Parts: sequence; C-alpha cells; structure tokens
Amino acid sequence: MTSNKWKNAISYIVLTIASLLSVFPLYYMLSGATNKSIDIVRGRLIPGTYLMENFKSLTTNQNLGLAMFNSFRNAIIITVLTLLICSIAGYGFEIYHDKGKDLLMSILLLAMMLPFVALMIPLFTMFSKMGLVNSWMALVLPSISTPFMIMLFRQASRSFPVDIIEASRLEGMSEISIFFRMYIPVMKSTYGAAMTVTFMNAWNNYLWPKVILQNNESITMPMLVANLKSGYSVDYGMLMLGVLICTLPTAVIFFCLQKSFSNGLTGAVK
Amino acid sequence: MEPKRKKMSLQKRHNLIGWAFLIPASLLIFVFCFYPMIQAILLSFHKGMGAAQSWTGISNYTRILKDKTFRQCLFNTVFYFVIQVPIMLLLALILAQLLNNRDLKFKGLFRTMIFLPCATSLVSYSMIFKSLFAGDGFVNVLLTHIGMQPVDWFQNAWAARFVIIIALVWRWTGYNMVFYLSGLQNIDSSIYEAARIDGANGIQQFFKMTVPLLKPTILLTAIMSTSGTLQLFDESVNLTAGGPGKSTMTLAHYIFNISFVETPKFNYAAALSVFILVCVAVLSAIQMKVGDSRD
Repeated sequence: MTSNKWKNAISYIVLTIASLLSVFPLYYMLSGATNKSIDIVRGRLIPGTYLMENFKSLTTNQNLGLAMFNSFRNAIIITVLTLLICSIAGYGFEIYHDKGKDLLMSILLLAMMLPFVALMIPLFTMFSKMGLVNSWMALVLPSISTPFMIMLFRQASRSFPVDIIEASRLEGMSEISIFFRMYIPVMKSTYGAAMTVTFMNAWNNYLWPKVILQNNESITMPMLVANLKSGYSVDYGMLMLGVLICTLPTAVIFFCLQKSFSNGLTGAVK
Repeated sequence: MEPKRKKMSLQKRHNLIGWAFLIPASLLIFVFCFYPMIQAILLSFHKGMGAAQSWTGISNYTRILKDKTFRQCLFNTVFYFVIQVPIMLLLALILAQLLNNRDLKFKGLFRTMIFLPCATSLVSYSMIFKSLFAGDGFVNVLLTHIGMQPVDWFQNAWAARFVIIIALVWRWTGYNMVFYLSGLQNIDSSIYEAARIDGANGIQQFFKMTVPLLKPTILLTAIMSTSGTLQLFDESVNLTAGGPGKSTMTLAHYIFNISFVETPKFNYAAALSVFILVCVAVLSAIQMKVGDSRD
C-alpha cells in the first residue's frame, strides 16, 4: 500500500513539473503581451498594463487586420473544402469498396511519405506557369486533399451503420443525399476532429504560403509574426502580443473541440 | 430475369457513384503530390534556367557530395533526429504511462496542460523560445539570479542546437503522448492488475508490457517524427535563422534558400529534395521492418 502511495506521489510530482514546463512559455507569452519590452527584458513575469500600447505599436507596424482577414479566409476555405472532398472520398472508399478502390487507396497512402519540400519547387513552377502566384487558389489547391484525412474518414465510415444506407435506399433517397443527409449528421465527432486538425494546419502553415504568396497583400498571421523579429532592437511586448493574437484562434478551436479531437484522431490510428 | 438484371445495373450504378465520390480527392493528390514528385525527380537530372532545360545526368547529385553547406545541414538535421526523437518519444511514453492510472486525480487537467503546446503555431513558439533564450531573455536572467554565467545561446553552435531541441521537445511531446494515451486506454487494465499481483514493478511494467503492447502506435509516432524532423523548416528559419553561420540550418531551410532566397538553383534544389525523399522512405522502411520483426 505504501509503495503504491509513493508511486502516486512520484506521478504527481513528475506530471506537475511536466505541466508547468508545458504551460510556462505560454504564460510568458501572455504576460509579455501586457508588459513593456524593457520590463520583459528585466525578467518581469507578472501581467502588466501595457497591452493597449503594445497593440498600438503592433497595428502601426504591421497590417494586422489584413493578415487576420487573409489567415481566416485561407483557413476557412481550406477547412471547408478539405472536409467535403476528403470525407466524401473516405465514404466512397469504404461504403462502395472493391478491389480497384482498395488498390487506389493504397497508392494514395504512398503520398503520405512524400516530403513537402520535395514537391515545393515543381508546385511553384506549375502555379507560376498558370499565373497563379499570389492567388489564394494556389495556396488552397495543394492543401485540400490529404491521404491522412481520407484515411480518417474511411476508418470512421466503418462504424456507420449499413442499415441506415439500406433503409434510405428503400425510401428512394439518392446516394448523394444519403451522404449529405444521413452520414454527415451521424459523423459529427469525426468532422469535429478533422476540422480541428485541418484548421490548425491551415492556420499555422508557413512554408508553402511563404513560397507562393510573395506580395504584401497576401500576408498571413504566421508571416506577420515572423516579420516582427526583423529590425535591430526587438520590441518584446509587441512581439509577444503578435504571437498571442496568432495563437488565439487555434487555441479557442482546440479548447472547444479538444474531446472530439483526441477521440476522433486517435480512433483513426487503431 | 428482369429483376436480376435490374439489380446488376443497380450495383454497377453504385459502383460508379462510389468512383465519382472518390475521384475529386484522388485527382487532387495525383496532380499536386505525385505529378510534382515526378517533376522533381526529372528536374534533378537536368540543368538550366526556366524552360531551357538540358539533360545533365547525375551531375546535380555528384555536386551534393562536394557541397560543404549541405554536409553541415545534413549533420544538423541528423543530429536533431537522433537526439530529439528518442528523448521526446520516451518522455511522451512515460507521461502517458503515468496518466493512465485510475487512482490519479486531475488527470484531465494534466493532459490538457501537457497537450497545450500543440495549440501554438510553429512560427509562434519559435518566437517565444527566441525571446526566452535571447541574450537579455528570461533564461539568462534566471541564470544570473542563481549565480551562473549567462549564455549567448544563439552565438554558439551547440547552445543554439540545444535550444532547437528543447523547443521541439516542448512542442511535440504532448502531441505524441495523446496517441500513446489512447493506445493505452485500449489495453485491458486487468493485464496490469495481474502483473502487479505477480510483483512486477513500474519500470518492469513499462518495458515488458507498455512498450510491446503499444508497438504499433510507437511505430506510427516514430515514422511521423522521422518525416517531420527531416523536413524541419519553421524553427530553423525563425528560432535561429540557421545561425550562427549555418550551424543550425536544416536541409529544408537550405533547399528553401537556394530556391527562393539566393539566385534560384531549382535543379540542384530538386536533387537535394529527392535526397530527403529517399531518406524518409528508407528510414520509414527500416522502422517498419524493425517494428515487424519484434513480433
């Protein structure tokens, strides 16, 4: 019994240390966003009252509104299209599966192995030939179909009751409306998980936007944050506020969908 | 005869509808993944600017062997891979094992806090760590307080590499932990109960039961981390800017630089990226082989 108590005590200590280390840099970001740069440098860790001033210098330095608008637009377009295209494909692969489709699926899974850096240059040349550099089309198109998402929906479709499909067919529903009106409402938690992952990836993506969006009008939030470090002296207050604003949308989504995220995502791995 | 024929055609119809459902996604993957991959391989055997391409055989690949910057970047990338991935996966496993304890209170809170770093973007957390480890940053303030010498983290190659590894471990441990945790929850807890009665201690349980039972999940996380580490970009660009000199620059960062920052050398960059592709494929194959043979 006592050894069990010891074990639990060690567990609590280790987990507490791990939790504090995980949260501390984020706390540092929060307190930094409300403090003057000079105080941050002096090691001040208590939230201050300099938030509005930091916000003012951030908005005068950078086009925050534009970057926010671009990031939201890109992430929303990518998320909606990804969910639609990958879920209908995953559904198709599972519900109508036959040898040909299974073979195609295993070929598609190979694409998971392809590192994006290897595709980046041909993709860039391809889009510049089409005159689509700086367009949201070029940003969105390579991102909306991923083998991972198709696989996630294919695995999840296994738990979708065949009876529902049969019954709907007997009622004379078309195949496409079975998907939209029966499947989507039932698979809410899978969509939740897929949405979290896709939105976060789309919002946080840095390499491809940096390659394909080269004018100032297309700036995204991660690019804006990366810009803040340039110059001779770094305004830490402003930098931390920028980091905070860039993190807020994904953090909110993460908190709202945390449960379905870990359930839906890890369910696909089994 | 009549109803059977109708049924056949219905099945055929369903089959065709099935294809229609999966064609948009498949087409996109072929056009934006497989086709560029083939293009990259072709590009790596050519030289020239823009449309004026001529066959050059393997000269881009022999050039890799003589490239000092490449060697430096390869060393850095391999170093991150060899040091960071095992530390992170082991940490994630231990944390998951500790959290998978029915008597534990605040389980949800611990899990959320440890997973929280995943909510930050790669650029954001690079910036946070850049500030924490800056010359006048928090870590140095702390070091001075406890009577130690402040360290010029980004001026010294090894210190800078150390910062990158710390940052990577911070960002990804919780992510991997969630995979292990859900894997552990699928393991019948009575197995652990039995082991405890037989007198197996925590460390024995960890190595003799948790690790073997979680093998498929460990394999998956290892492959994901391998591919992720070989493609490290955001951290190298934003946390250390590849410096001091090029001593923390990753391969992906180098490829980006020779494609889009310096005078574009697309053919050579393509050869380098094919190199990364081969590394990812070979390492994943090895990991799968090792994962299989332990059965």
